[in-house]
Amino acid sequence: MEKRFALVDCNNFYVSCERVFTPGLEGKPVVVLSNNDGCIIARSNEIKQLGIKIGDPLFRWKATIKKCGGHIYSSNYTLYADMSRRVMETLASFAPDIEIYSIDEAFLPLSGLREDSCKYGRRIRHTVKKWTGIPVSIGIGPTKTLAKAAARVAKKDSACAGVFDISHHPEDILAGLDVSEIWGIGYRHARFLKRHGIRTGLDLKEIEDSWIKKHLTITGLRTAWELRGISCIPLEEVSAPKKSIMCSRSFGREVNSFDELRQAVTSYTARAAEKARRQRSAASCIHVFLIENPFVHSHFTSHAACVQLPVPSAHTPELTGYALAILERIFKPGLSFRKAGVMLTGLVPRGQVQMNLFYPGREGLRELSLMKTIDTINTRWGRDTITYAGCGIERPWGMRRARLSARFTTCWNDIPVVKAS
Amino acid sequence: MKVVEPIGMKHRGKVRVTGIWGFNGKTKLKIPLFTAGISAGFPSPADDFVDKTLDLNEFLIKHPAATFFVRVEGTSMIEAGIHPGDILIVDRALEPHDNNIVIAVLNSEFTVKRFRRRGDTCYLLAENPAFKPLEISGDMQIELWGVVTHVIHKV
Repeated sequence: MEKRFALVDCNNFYVSCERVFTPGLEGKPVVVLSNNDGCIIARSNEIKQLGIKIGDPLFRWKATIKKCGGHIYSSNYTLYADMSRRVMETLASFAPDIEIYSIDEAFLPLSGLREDSCKYGRRIRHTVKKWTGIPVSIGIGPTKTLAKAAARVAKKDSACAGVFDISHHPEDILAGLDVSEIWGIGYRHARFLKRHGIRTGLDLKEIEDSWIKKHLTITGLRTAWELRGISCIPLEEVSAPKKSIMCSRSFGREVNSFDELRQAVTSYTARAAEKARRQRSAASCIHVFLIENPFVHSHFTSHAACVQLPVPSAHTPELTGYALAILERIFKPGLSFRKAGVMLTGLVPRGQVQMNLFYPGREGLRELSLMKTIDTINTRWGRDTITYAGCGIERPWGMRRARLSARFTTCWNDIPVVKAS
Repeated sequence: MKVVEPIGMKHRGKVRVTGIWGFNGKTKLKIPLFTAGISAGFPSPADDFVDKTLDLNEFLIKHPAATFFVRVEGTSMIEAGIHPGDILIVDRALEPHDNNIVIAVLNSEFTVKRFRRRGDTCYLLAENPAFKPLEISGDMQIELWGVVTHVIHKV
Protein backbone atom coordinates (compact mmCIF):
# COMPACT_ATOMS: atom_id res chain seq x y z
CA MET A 1 0.00 0.00 0.00
CA GLU A 2 1.27 3.44 -0.85
CA LYS A 3 2.38 5.39 2.19
CA ARG A 4 1.12 8.84 3.03
CA PHE A 5 1.92 11.22 5.87
CA ALA A 6 0.58 14.55 7.04
CA LEU A 7 2.61 17.05 9.02
CA VAL A 8 0.42 19.33 11.10
CA ASP A 9 2.25 22.49 12.12
CA CYS A 10 0.72 25.16 14.39
CA ASN A 11 1.01 28.68 12.95
CA ASN A 12 3.03 31.07 15.15
CA PHE A 13 2.16 28.74 18.02
CA TYR A 14 3.12 30.82 21.09
CA VAL A 15 1.47 33.93 19.64
CA SER A 16 -1.65 31.94 18.73
CA CYS A 17 -1.90 30.62 22.33
CA GLU A 18 -1.86 34.19 23.66
CA ARG A 19 -4.49 35.22 21.11
CA VAL A 20 -6.97 32.53 22.16
CA PHE A 21 -7.34 34.10 25.61
CA THR A 22 -6.84 37.78 24.79
CA PRO A 23 -9.28 38.42 21.93
CA GLY A 24 -8.09 41.98 21.23
CA LEU A 25 -4.80 40.61 19.85
CA GLU A 26 -6.29 39.30 16.60
CA GLY A 27 -4.75 41.22 13.69
CA LYS A 28 -2.33 43.12 15.93
CA PRO A 29 1.47 42.67 15.94
CA VAL A 30 2.45 40.30 18.79
CA VAL A 31 5.83 38.92 19.90
CA VAL A 32 6.79 36.39 22.57
CA LEU A 33 10.18 36.67 24.26
CA SER A 34 12.76 34.08 25.30
CA ASN A 35 13.54 33.23 28.92
CA ASN A 36 14.60 36.39 30.76
CA ASP A 37 12.77 38.53 28.20
CA GLY A 38 15.90 38.96 26.07
CA CYS A 39 15.13 37.94 22.49
CA ILE A 40 12.13 37.55 20.23
CA ILE A 41 11.27 33.85 19.78
CA ALA A 42 7.78 33.97 18.28
CA ARG A 43 6.20 36.47 15.90
CA SER A 44 2.76 37.13 14.52
CA ASN A 45 2.52 37.64 10.73
CA GLU A 46 2.25 41.41 11.29
CA ILE A 47 5.62 41.31 13.08
CA LYS A 48 7.20 39.22 10.30
CA GLN A 49 6.11 41.87 7.79
CA LEU A 50 8.05 44.48 9.74
CA GLY A 51 11.24 42.53 8.96
CA ILE A 52 11.81 41.45 12.58
CA LYS A 53 13.73 38.15 12.73
CA ILE A 54 13.61 35.24 15.18
CA GLY A 55 16.34 35.72 17.78
CA ASP A 56 16.55 39.49 17.43
CA PRO A 57 17.07 41.21 20.78
CA LEU A 58 13.99 43.03 22.05
CA PHE A 59 15.73 46.34 22.70
CA ARG A 60 16.37 46.80 18.99
CA TRP A 61 12.69 46.65 18.07
CA LYS A 62 10.86 47.69 21.24
CA ALA A 63 10.10 51.23 20.03
CA THR A 64 8.94 50.01 16.59
CA ILE A 65 6.61 47.42 18.12
CA LYS A 66 5.14 49.96 20.56
CA LYS A 67 4.66 52.53 17.83
CA CYS A 68 2.49 50.25 15.70
CA GLY A 69 0.34 49.21 18.66
CA GLY A 70 2.03 45.84 19.12
CA HIS A 71 2.00 43.59 22.19
CA ILE A 72 4.96 41.96 23.92
CA TYR A 73 4.73 38.80 26.05
CA SER A 74 7.14 36.78 28.19
CA SER A 75 7.07 33.07 27.34
CA ASN A 76 4.30 31.31 29.28
CA TYR A 77 5.37 27.68 28.89
CA THR A 78 2.67 26.42 31.25
CA LEU A 79 0.02 27.75 28.90
CA TYR A 80 1.79 26.61 25.71
CA ALA A 81 2.27 23.07 27.05
CA ASP A 82 -1.43 22.75 27.93
CA MET A 83 -2.55 24.13 24.56
CA SER A 84 -0.13 21.76 22.82
CA ARG A 85 -1.67 18.83 24.70
CA ARG A 86 -5.13 19.93 23.52
CA VAL A 87 -4.02 20.21 19.88
CA MET A 88 -2.36 16.76 19.99
CA GLU A 89 -5.42 15.21 21.65
CA THR A 90 -7.62 16.66 18.92
CA LEU A 91 -5.28 15.33 16.20
CA ALA A 92 -5.33 11.89 17.80
CA SER A 93 -8.96 11.49 16.74
CA PHE A 94 -8.00 11.81 13.05
CA ALA A 95 -5.43 9.01 12.72
CA PRO A 96 -4.79 5.64 14.34
CA ASP A 97 -1.56 6.93 15.89
CA ILE A 98 0.36 10.17 15.80
CA GLU A 99 3.97 11.17 16.31
CA ILE A 100 4.30 14.28 18.44
CA TYR A 101 7.36 15.80 16.83
CA SER A 102 7.65 18.99 18.87
CA ILE A 103 5.47 21.26 21.00
CA ASP A 104 3.73 22.54 17.86
CA GLU A 105 4.16 19.80 15.21
CA ALA A 106 2.87 16.27 14.74
CA PHE A 107 3.05 13.64 12.00
CA LEU A 108 -0.12 11.71 11.16
CA PRO A 109 -0.12 8.51 9.08
CA LEU A 110 -2.73 8.82 6.35
CA SER A 111 -1.97 5.60 4.42
CA GLY A 112 -5.17 3.92 3.35
CA LEU A 113 -7.21 7.09 3.62
CA ARG A 114 -10.23 6.69 1.34
CA GLU A 115 -11.26 10.30 0.92
CA ASP A 116 -9.40 13.12 -0.81
CA SER A 117 -6.34 13.99 1.28
CA CYS A 118 -6.73 17.76 0.95
CA LYS A 119 -10.36 17.55 1.96
CA TYR A 120 -9.39 15.48 5.00
CA GLY A 121 -6.63 17.99 5.80
CA ARG A 122 -9.08 20.85 5.66
CA ARG A 123 -11.35 19.01 8.07
CA ILE A 124 -8.46 18.49 10.51
CA ARG A 125 -7.55 22.14 10.21
CA HIS A 126 -11.11 23.31 10.81
CA THR A 127 -11.56 21.05 13.84
CA VAL A 128 -8.28 22.03 15.53
CA LYS A 129 -9.09 25.71 15.05
CA LYS A 130 -12.63 25.35 16.35
CA TRP A 131 -11.81 23.15 19.35
CA THR A 132 -8.62 24.81 20.54
CA GLY A 133 -8.51 28.18 18.75
CA ILE A 134 -5.09 27.35 17.26
CA PRO A 135 -4.63 27.81 13.47
CA VAL A 136 -2.55 25.09 11.78
CA SER A 137 -0.96 24.40 8.39
CA ILE A 138 -0.94 20.88 6.99
CA GLY A 139 1.53 19.37 4.52
CA ILE A 140 0.78 15.99 2.95
CA GLY A 141 3.21 13.72 1.08
CA PRO A 142 4.37 10.13 0.50
CA THR A 143 7.26 10.55 2.98
CA LYS A 144 7.80 12.53 6.17
CA THR A 145 10.45 14.69 4.48
CA LEU A 146 8.08 15.58 1.62
CA ALA A 147 5.20 16.21 4.06
CA LYS A 148 7.47 18.64 5.87
CA ALA A 149 8.30 20.43 2.60
CA ALA A 150 4.60 20.53 1.75
CA ALA A 151 3.81 22.15 5.10
CA ARG A 152 6.11 25.05 4.22
CA VAL A 153 4.10 25.65 1.06
CA ALA A 154 0.81 25.32 2.96
CA LYS A 155 1.96 28.01 5.37
CA LYS A 156 3.49 30.43 2.87
CA ASP A 157 1.11 30.25 -0.10
CA SER A 158 -2.24 31.73 0.84
CA ALA A 159 -3.88 30.08 -2.18
CA CYS A 160 -3.58 26.70 -0.40
CA ALA A 161 -5.79 27.82 2.48
CA GLY A 162 -3.51 26.02 4.91
CA VAL A 163 -3.43 22.57 3.30
CA PHE A 164 -1.07 21.34 0.57
CA ASP A 165 -0.49 17.87 -0.90
CA ILE A 166 2.93 17.62 -2.59
CA SER A 167 2.23 14.23 -4.25
CA HIS A 168 1.16 15.61 -7.64
CA HIS A 169 4.05 17.91 -8.59
CA PRO A 170 6.92 17.34 -6.15
CA GLU A 171 9.52 18.58 -8.70
CA ASP A 172 8.05 22.10 -8.90
CA ILE A 173 8.18 22.49 -5.15
CA LEU A 174 11.59 20.88 -4.64
CA ALA A 175 13.12 23.17 -7.28
CA GLY A 176 12.16 26.11 -5.10
CA LEU A 177 13.27 24.53 -1.82
CA ASP A 178 16.68 25.64 -0.57
CA VAL A 179 18.77 22.68 0.72
CA SER A 180 19.13 24.39 4.11
CA GLU A 181 15.35 24.19 4.47
CA ILE A 182 15.11 20.44 3.90
CA TRP A 183 14.16 18.44 6.96
CA GLY A 184 17.22 16.53 8.19
CA ILE A 185 19.83 18.69 6.44
CA GLY A 186 21.73 20.65 9.07
CA TYR A 187 23.52 23.95 8.72
CA ARG A 188 26.92 22.40 8.06
CA HIS A 189 25.73 19.91 5.47
CA ALA A 190 23.74 22.64 3.71
CA ARG A 191 26.90 24.74 3.38
CA PHE A 192 28.85 21.74 2.13
CA LEU A 193 26.19 20.91 -0.48
CA LYS A 194 26.06 24.48 -1.73
CA ARG A 195 29.84 24.50 -2.20
CA HIS A 196 29.30 21.52 -4.49
CA GLY A 197 26.60 23.29 -6.47
CA ILE A 198 23.68 21.46 -4.87
CA ARG A 199 21.31 24.26 -4.00
CA THR A 200 17.77 22.93 -4.05
CA GLY A 201 15.79 19.88 -3.03
CA LEU A 202 15.57 18.92 -6.69
CA ASP A 203 19.40 18.97 -7.02
CA LEU A 204 19.81 16.74 -3.97
CA LYS A 205 17.17 14.32 -5.18
CA GLU A 206 19.09 13.64 -8.36
CA ILE A 207 22.58 13.06 -6.91
CA GLU A 208 24.06 9.58 -7.01
CA ASP A 209 23.54 7.43 -3.90
CA SER A 210 27.23 6.59 -3.45
CA TRP A 211 28.28 10.24 -3.42
CA ILE A 212 25.63 11.18 -0.87
CA LYS A 213 26.44 8.22 1.34
CA LYS A 214 30.13 9.06 1.25
CA HIS A 215 29.70 12.71 2.19
CA LEU A 216 26.46 12.88 4.16
CA THR A 217 26.42 9.35 5.65
CA ILE A 218 23.41 7.07 5.68
CA THR A 219 21.23 9.78 7.25
CA GLY A 220 21.75 12.02 4.23
CA LEU A 221 21.01 9.15 1.88
CA ARG A 222 17.76 8.48 3.69
CA THR A 223 16.79 12.12 3.19
CA ALA A 224 17.55 11.89 -0.56
CA TRP A 225 15.42 8.75 -0.88
CA GLU A 226 12.61 10.41 1.01
CA LEU A 227 12.76 13.32 -1.47
CA ARG A 228 12.32 10.73 -4.23
CA GLY A 229 9.12 9.58 -2.54
CA ILE A 230 10.47 6.40 -0.91
CA SER A 231 9.52 6.38 2.75
CA CYS A 232 12.56 5.49 4.93
CA ILE A 233 11.82 7.32 8.16
CA PRO A 234 8.99 5.58 9.98
CA LEU A 235 6.59 7.16 12.40
CA GLU A 236 7.90 7.16 15.96
CA GLU A 237 4.84 6.67 18.05
CA VAL A 238 6.20 6.37 21.54
CA SER A 239 9.00 8.63 22.58
CA ALA A 240 11.67 6.56 24.31
CA PRO A 241 12.54 7.60 27.86
CA LYS A 242 15.29 10.19 27.76
CA LYS A 243 18.85 9.02 28.38
CA SER A 244 19.76 12.24 30.15
CA ILE A 245 17.84 15.06 31.75
CA MET A 246 19.01 18.62 31.87
CA CYS A 247 17.69 21.54 33.84
CA SER A 248 19.46 24.83 33.31
CA ARG A 249 18.39 28.46 33.21
CA SER A 250 19.95 31.85 32.75
CA PHE A 251 19.67 34.09 35.78
CA GLY A 252 17.62 37.27 35.69
CA ARG A 253 20.76 39.16 36.66
CA GLU A 254 24.41 38.42 37.42
CA VAL A 255 24.95 36.18 40.43
CA ASN A 256 28.15 36.01 42.42
CA SER A 257 27.21 34.85 45.90
CA PHE A 258 27.53 31.21 46.87
CA ASP A 259 24.19 31.29 48.69
CA GLU A 260 22.26 32.32 45.62
CA LEU A 261 24.01 29.74 43.47
CA ARG A 262 23.19 27.13 46.09
CA GLN A 263 19.51 28.03 45.85
CA ALA A 264 19.57 27.85 42.06
CA VAL A 265 21.39 24.50 41.96
CA THR A 266 19.02 23.08 44.60
CA SER A 267 15.94 24.08 42.59
CA TYR A 268 17.35 22.78 39.30
CA THR A 269 18.26 19.47 40.97
CA ALA A 270 14.74 19.18 42.39
CA ARG A 271 13.25 19.84 38.95
CA ALA A 272 15.56 17.36 37.18
CA ALA A 273 14.90 14.66 39.80
CA GLU A 274 11.16 15.19 39.40
CA LYS A 275 11.48 14.71 35.63
CA ALA A 276 13.52 11.54 36.19
CA ARG A 277 10.86 10.15 38.53
CA ARG A 278 8.13 10.97 36.05
CA GLN A 279 9.73 8.70 33.45
CA ARG A 280 10.49 6.12 36.17
CA SER A 281 14.25 6.46 35.88
CA ALA A 282 17.09 6.75 38.33
CA ALA A 283 20.32 8.66 37.60
CA SER A 284 23.77 7.08 37.85
CA CYS A 285 25.65 10.34 37.47
CA ILE A 286 25.00 14.00 38.27
CA HIS A 287 26.72 16.96 36.59
CA VAL A 288 26.66 20.59 37.72
CA PHE A 289 27.93 23.52 35.69
CA LEU A 290 28.24 27.28 36.05
CA ILE A 291 28.69 29.70 33.16
CA GLU A 292 30.43 33.02 33.69
CA ASN A 293 28.99 36.22 32.38
CA PRO A 294 30.02 36.18 28.69
CA PHE A 295 29.95 39.97 28.47
CA VAL A 296 32.89 40.26 30.86
CA HIS A 297 35.36 38.09 28.97
CA SER A 298 33.59 38.24 25.61
CA HIS A 299 33.49 34.45 25.60
CA PHE A 300 31.71 31.76 27.61
CA THR A 301 33.76 30.31 30.43
CA SER A 302 32.18 27.38 32.14
CA HIS A 303 33.00 25.46 35.28
CA ALA A 304 31.72 21.93 35.58
CA ALA A 305 32.17 18.67 37.41
CA CYS A 306 30.26 15.45 37.95
CA VAL A 307 29.84 12.69 40.48
CA GLN A 308 29.11 9.01 39.90
CA LEU A 309 26.47 7.80 42.36
CA PRO A 310 27.18 4.58 44.29
CA VAL A 311 23.61 3.44 43.58
CA PRO A 312 21.45 5.11 40.91
CA SER A 313 18.84 7.33 42.52
CA ALA A 314 16.00 9.75 41.85
CA HIS A 315 15.69 10.84 45.49
CA THR A 316 15.86 14.63 45.55
CA PRO A 317 17.61 15.08 48.96
CA GLU A 318 20.31 12.59 48.00
CA LEU A 319 20.90 14.17 44.57
CA THR A 320 20.91 17.64 46.11
CA GLY A 321 23.64 16.54 48.52
CA TYR A 322 25.87 15.51 45.63
CA ALA A 323 25.00 18.57 43.55
CA LEU A 324 25.96 20.95 46.36
CA ALA A 325 29.21 19.08 46.98
CA ILE A 326 30.07 19.61 43.28
CA LEU A 327 29.03 23.25 43.49
CA GLU A 328 31.40 23.83 46.41
CA ARG A 329 34.22 22.43 44.35
CA ILE A 330 33.60 24.44 41.18
CA PHE A 331 32.56 27.74 42.78
CA LYS A 332 35.18 30.47 42.69
CA PRO A 333 34.62 33.62 44.76
CA GLY A 334 34.91 36.90 42.90
CA LEU A 335 33.47 35.65 39.60
CA SER A 336 30.01 36.57 38.37
CA PHE A 337 27.81 33.94 36.76
CA ARG A 338 25.06 34.17 34.21
CA LYS A 339 23.74 30.64 34.16
CA ALA A 340 23.81 27.38 36.09
CA GLY A 341 22.63 23.92 35.24
CA VAL A 342 22.20 20.39 36.52
CA MET A 343 22.28 17.31 34.30
CA LEU A 344 21.38 13.74 35.22
CA THR A 345 22.95 11.07 33.03
CA GLY A 346 23.21 7.30 32.91
CA LEU A 347 19.48 7.05 33.47
CA VAL A 348 18.34 3.50 34.16
CA PRO A 349 14.81 2.16 34.64
CA ARG A 350 13.81 2.30 38.28
CA GLY A 351 13.26 -1.45 38.45
CA GLN A 352 16.74 -2.31 37.17
CA VAL A 353 18.88 -0.44 39.67
CA GLN A 354 22.08 -2.35 40.41
CA MET A 355 22.56 -2.55 44.18
CA ASN A 356 25.91 -1.90 45.80
CA LEU A 357 27.30 -4.37 48.29
CA PHE A 358 29.18 -1.74 50.29
CA TYR A 359 26.61 1.02 50.16
CA PRO A 360 23.01 0.28 50.97
CA GLY A 361 21.62 3.32 49.10
CA ARG A 362 19.33 5.82 50.71
CA GLU A 363 16.28 5.19 48.67
CA GLY A 364 14.08 2.88 50.71
CA LEU A 365 10.32 2.52 50.66
CA ARG A 366 9.84 5.50 52.97
CA GLU A 367 11.88 7.73 50.65
CA LEU A 368 10.01 6.49 47.59
CA SER A 369 6.63 7.26 49.11
CA LEU A 370 7.81 10.68 50.30
CA MET A 371 8.88 11.65 46.77
CA LYS A 372 5.66 10.23 45.35
CA THR A 373 3.60 12.30 47.78
CA ILE A 374 5.47 15.50 46.97
CA ASP A 375 5.15 14.90 43.23
CA THR A 376 1.43 14.20 43.54
CA ILE A 377 0.83 17.40 45.53
CA ASN A 378 2.86 19.48 43.09
CA THR A 379 1.04 18.01 40.10
CA ARG A 380 -2.35 18.70 41.58
CA TRP A 381 -1.78 22.12 43.14
CA GLY A 382 0.87 23.56 40.88
CA ARG A 383 4.64 23.50 40.77
CA ASP A 384 6.46 24.46 43.99
CA THR A 385 3.42 23.97 46.21
CA ILE A 386 5.83 21.91 48.28
CA THR A 387 9.40 22.94 47.74
CA TYR A 388 12.77 22.53 49.43
CA ALA A 389 13.84 25.31 51.81
CA GLY A 390 17.24 25.18 50.11
CA CYS A 391 15.67 26.52 46.91
CA GLY A 392 15.18 29.86 48.62
CA ILE A 393 11.97 31.84 49.06
CA GLU A 394 12.48 35.10 47.20
CA ARG A 395 14.86 33.84 44.51
CA PRO A 396 16.30 37.18 43.42
CA TRP A 397 18.31 35.28 40.78
CA GLY A 398 15.14 33.95 39.15
CA MET A 399 14.03 34.44 35.57
CA ARG A 400 12.84 37.81 34.39
CA ARG A 401 9.31 37.41 33.12
CA ALA A 402 7.86 40.88 33.35
CA ARG A 403 5.21 40.44 30.66
CA LEU A 404 3.83 37.05 31.57
CA SER A 405 0.20 36.29 30.70
CA ALA A 406 -1.99 34.29 33.10
CA ARG A 407 -2.10 30.49 33.35
CA PHE A 408 -5.57 30.56 31.76
CA THR A 409 -6.05 26.80 31.59
CA THR A 410 -4.05 25.34 34.47
CA CYS A 411 -4.73 27.49 37.53
CA TRP A 412 -8.19 28.19 39.03
CA ASN A 413 -7.24 31.72 40.03
CA ASP A 414 -6.12 32.54 36.48
CA ILE A 415 -9.06 31.30 34.36
CA PRO A 416 -10.41 33.89 31.90
CA VAL A 417 -13.09 36.29 33.11
CA VAL A 418 -16.30 36.66 31.08
CA LYS A 419 -18.42 39.77 31.43
CA ALA A 420 -22.10 39.50 32.21
CA SER A 421 -22.87 43.16 31.88
CA MET B 1 -4.92 8.34 35.83
CA LYS B 2 -7.79 8.81 33.51
CA VAL B 3 -7.51 7.54 29.97
CA VAL B 4 -9.06 9.98 27.60
CA GLU B 5 -11.37 8.37 25.12
CA PRO B 6 -10.51 8.98 21.46
CA ILE B 7 -12.88 11.64 20.33
CA GLY B 8 -15.03 10.74 17.39
CA MET B 9 -14.20 7.05 17.57
CA LYS B 10 -16.93 6.00 19.96
CA HIS B 11 -18.81 2.86 19.20
CA ARG B 12 -22.40 2.40 20.08
CA GLY B 13 -22.95 0.56 23.32
CA LYS B 14 -19.70 -1.22 23.90
CA VAL B 15 -16.53 0.85 23.98
CA ARG B 16 -13.72 -0.69 21.98
CA VAL B 17 -10.23 0.31 23.06
CA THR B 18 -8.31 1.17 19.91
CA GLY B 19 -5.41 2.85 21.60
CA ILE B 20 -4.38 5.11 24.41
CA TRP B 21 -4.30 8.68 23.32
CA GLY B 22 -2.77 10.54 26.23
CA PHE B 23 -4.08 11.13 29.67
CA ASN B 24 -5.39 13.86 31.84
CA GLY B 25 -3.16 13.79 34.89
CA LYS B 26 -5.34 16.16 36.84
CA THR B 27 -7.95 13.71 38.06
CA LYS B 28 -8.02 10.12 39.04
CA LEU B 29 -10.48 7.48 38.18
CA LYS B 30 -10.53 5.29 41.24
CA ILE B 31 -11.30 1.67 40.60
CA PRO B 32 -11.71 -0.40 43.76
CA LEU B 33 -10.29 -3.80 43.02
CA PHE B 34 -10.17 -5.90 46.16
CA THR B 35 -12.33 -4.42 48.85
CA ALA B 36 -12.19 -7.60 50.88
CA GLY B 37 -8.83 -9.15 51.73
CA ILE B 38 -7.86 -12.07 49.55
CA SER B 39 -6.56 -14.50 52.10
CA ALA B 40 -8.44 -13.92 55.34
CA GLY B 41 -12.06 -14.58 56.27
CA PHE B 42 -15.14 -14.58 54.11
CA PRO B 43 -15.36 -12.31 51.08
CA SER B 44 -17.64 -9.33 51.56
CA PRO B 45 -21.14 -10.07 50.21
CA ALA B 46 -21.08 -6.56 48.66
CA ASP B 47 -18.18 -7.42 46.35
CA ASP B 48 -20.48 -8.44 43.52
CA PHE B 49 -21.97 -4.97 43.52
CA VAL B 50 -18.75 -2.98 43.41
CA ASP B 51 -18.91 -0.27 40.78
CA LYS B 52 -16.35 2.32 39.84
CA THR B 53 -16.45 5.57 41.84
CA LEU B 54 -18.16 8.53 40.22
CA ASP B 55 -16.01 10.92 38.25
CA LEU B 56 -17.36 14.46 37.78
CA ASN B 57 -15.12 15.07 34.76
CA GLU B 58 -16.65 12.14 32.97
CA PHE B 59 -20.13 13.51 33.70
CA LEU B 60 -19.52 17.17 32.84
CA ILE B 61 -16.91 17.10 30.07
CA LYS B 62 -17.60 15.45 26.72
CA HIS B 63 -14.64 16.94 24.77
CA PRO B 64 -11.68 17.36 27.14
CA ALA B 65 -9.40 18.90 24.49
CA ALA B 66 -12.00 21.54 23.66
CA THR B 67 -13.27 22.32 27.16
CA PHE B 68 -12.27 25.45 29.08
CA PHE B 69 -13.32 27.04 32.36
CA VAL B 70 -14.16 30.74 32.74
CA ARG B 71 -15.28 32.91 35.67
CA VAL B 72 -18.34 35.21 35.55
CA GLU B 73 -18.28 38.89 36.39
CA GLY B 74 -21.55 40.86 36.47
CA THR B 75 -25.27 40.19 36.86
CA SER B 76 -26.73 40.26 33.34
CA MET B 77 -27.34 36.50 33.23
CA ILE B 78 -28.81 36.14 36.69
CA GLU B 79 -32.19 34.84 35.49
CA ALA B 80 -30.45 32.00 33.70
CA GLY B 81 -28.98 30.98 37.05
CA ILE B 82 -25.55 32.47 36.28
CA HIS B 83 -24.28 34.56 39.17
CA PRO B 84 -21.18 36.71 39.64
CA GLY B 85 -18.22 34.54 40.65
CA ASP B 86 -19.67 31.34 39.13
CA ILE B 87 -17.48 29.12 36.98
CA LEU B 88 -18.78 28.14 33.55
CA ILE B 89 -17.79 25.02 31.64
CA VAL B 90 -17.32 25.98 27.99
CA ASP B 91 -17.20 23.41 25.18
CA ARG B 92 -15.74 24.79 21.95
CA ALA B 93 -16.47 21.60 20.03
CA LEU B 94 -20.24 22.26 20.04
CA GLU B 95 -22.02 24.27 17.33
CA PRO B 96 -24.01 27.12 18.85
CA HIS B 97 -27.74 26.44 18.44
CA ASP B 98 -30.75 28.62 19.07
CA ASN B 99 -31.28 29.21 22.79
CA ASN B 100 -27.77 28.08 23.83
CA ILE B 101 -25.79 30.13 26.31
CA VAL B 102 -22.55 31.17 24.62
CA ILE B 103 -19.30 32.99 25.19
CA ALA B 104 -18.98 35.74 22.58
CA VAL B 105 -16.23 38.23 21.91
CA LEU B 106 -17.61 41.80 22.04
CA ASN B 107 -15.28 44.83 21.91
CA SER B 108 -12.26 42.58 22.57
CA GLU B 109 -13.86 41.16 25.72
CA PHE B 110 -15.40 37.81 26.57
CA THR B 111 -19.10 38.11 27.37
CA VAL B 112 -21.70 35.51 28.26
CA LYS B 113 -25.07 35.76 26.49
CA ARG B 114 -28.11 33.77 25.38
CA PHE B 115 -27.87 33.03 21.64
CA ARG B 116 -31.13 33.43 19.66
CA ARG B 117 -31.67 32.78 15.99
CA ARG B 118 -34.79 34.06 14.20
CA GLY B 119 -34.58 33.39 10.49
CA ASP B 120 -31.45 35.13 9.20
CA THR B 121 -31.04 37.36 12.21
CA CYS B 122 -29.17 36.40 15.35
CA TYR B 123 -29.48 38.00 18.76
CA LEU B 124 -27.36 37.99 21.88
CA LEU B 125 -29.68 38.36 24.86
CA ALA B 126 -29.08 39.11 28.51
CA GLU B 127 -31.11 37.29 31.14
CA ASN B 128 -31.85 40.35 33.22
CA PRO B 129 -34.48 42.98 32.26
CA ALA B 130 -32.01 45.77 33.01
CA PHE B 131 -29.93 44.84 29.94
CA LYS B 132 -30.86 45.34 26.28
CA PRO B 133 -30.62 42.59 23.65
CA LEU B 134 -28.03 42.92 20.91
CA GLU B 135 -28.95 42.26 17.30
CA ILE B 136 -26.24 40.82 15.06
CA SER B 137 -26.83 42.28 11.62
CA GLY B 138 -25.18 41.07 8.42
CA ASP B 139 -22.04 43.21 8.46
CA MET B 140 -21.29 42.81 12.18
CA GLN B 141 -18.36 40.54 12.98
CA ILE B 142 -18.97 38.64 16.16
CA GLU B 143 -16.93 35.67 17.22
CA LEU B 144 -18.72 32.98 19.19
CA TRP B 145 -15.92 31.54 21.32
CA GLY B 146 -17.71 28.54 22.78
CA VAL B 147 -20.92 27.05 24.12
CA VAL B 148 -21.60 27.00 27.87
CA THR B 149 -22.64 23.53 29.03
CA HIS B 150 -22.75 23.84 32.83
CA VAL B 151 -22.59 26.39 35.64
CA ILE B 152 -20.63 25.66 38.79
CA HIS B 153 -22.37 27.66 41.51
CA LYS B 154 -21.57 27.54 45.21
CA VAL B 155 -24.72 27.56 47.33
